[in-house]
Amino acid sequence: MKKLAIVIVLMFGGLLFYSALEFPPWGDPQAPASTHVSPRYIEQAVSETSVPNLVTAVLADYRGYDTMFETIVIFSAGVACLLLLRVYRREEMETRLYRHLPTGITLRVKGERKIPKDSQDFEQIDLTWVPYDLAVKTTCRMIVPFSMIFALYVIAHGHHSPGGGFQGGVILGASVILYAISHNLRLSLLRISERLAVLLCGLGVFIYAGTGLLCTLYGANYLDYSALSQLLGVDPVTARSHGILMVEIGVGISVMAVMVHLYYNLASAGRHDEGL
Amino acid sequence: MSELLLLIISKINYWVYILLMMIGLYAIISKNNLVKKIIGMNIFQTAVILFFISIGAKKNATIPIIEHGLHPEGHAVRAVDYINPLPHVLMLTAIVVAVATLGVALALVVKIYQQYGTLEENDLISMLKE
Repeated sequence: MKKLAIVIVLMFGGLLFYSALEFPPWGDPQAPASTHVSPRYIEQAVSETSVPNLVTAVLADYRGYDTMFETIVIFSAGVACLLLLRVYRREEMETRLYRHLPTGITLRVKGERKIPKDSQDFEQIDLTWVPYDLAVKTTCRMIVPFSMIFALYVIAHGHHSPGGGFQGGVILGASVILYAISHNLRLSLLRISERLAVLLCGLGVFIYAGTGLLCTLYGANYLDYSALSQLLGVDPVTARSHGILMVEIGVGISVMAVMVHLYYNLASAGRHDEGL
Repeated sequence: MSELLLLIISKINYWVYILLMMIGLYAIISKNNLVKKIIGMNIFQTAVILFFISIGAKKNATIPIIEHGLHPEGHAVRAVDYINPLPHVLMLTAIVVAVATLGVALALVVKIYQQYGTLEENDLISMLKE
């Protein structure tokens, strides 16, 4: 099997090598990839969309359909993970571990007996016992809000600097996951519940598709943002940049929710009781 | 000799992408463990991303964000000054989709492990034949 694999891989590599001999050298301005549609994007994008970041302009305006279906692919990945892994049957755990916060003593509770629910002194911890780590928790508590603000900046400033919905959404999702890793899954489920995460997955796609539909309601083509000028009260070129922002916000929400949702399901194997 | 060296240097991006693609394909075909196959798939995706990004590069050009974008008085935009934005757009979405497919693949792996208690392909095939 290994020898066969090596033979196949070498044949494949040889074919790629043979074709690469014909490719243009690295950084050639006359390469075919840079001569057909890309000069038009570079020269016309600002006057057509008033967005200086060409990647954002091409992503959300010229190739709007592509990006919409990419968002739907991400949404489907979240739904597929939910359908594959989520277990709804709740098995009450036989033993539970609680930590008494003032003293650091760990209590093992069996069967029906329970710690008072509104008690501030006890914290339920995972069965694989983890030490109370003040440094990790405090550091992450300080990092998380700033990375969230940075994610919002990346989404909102994607027109003028590197950034946009996908990148900002991933940073936003990563900061929620950082919170879940540094504390535990139970606490982060209190902040962003499973219901909210799934709802936000759908909401992002809805914002994207809804922006397109709004354009058709104003009599233009689907995802032709210049029609929004009547709604927003600006000229059609500026309306395109505002339409791109609306779409990017939808993408950001959807990506963030899918990242968080994938983490919840993968970390707890779909049981949502205790994670990493 | 110097011609060969020139060939290697002027197309270095293609050689690196071919190497990465071969490593990924080898891992997908020959590794026995499903998680290692997924890692191979990710290396393969990385090779594709590297290929696309590198064909967008231009010598003496900057990132595709127009300088003086909204106030273009006296600043003509020339296509040779900015790298090709199109590969970046395609790969931007491809990276996030790669993460999403990785999530689904890992979900399948978790499910297979719950069902069969192993991730080795040989053991799985012999269990399925019984």
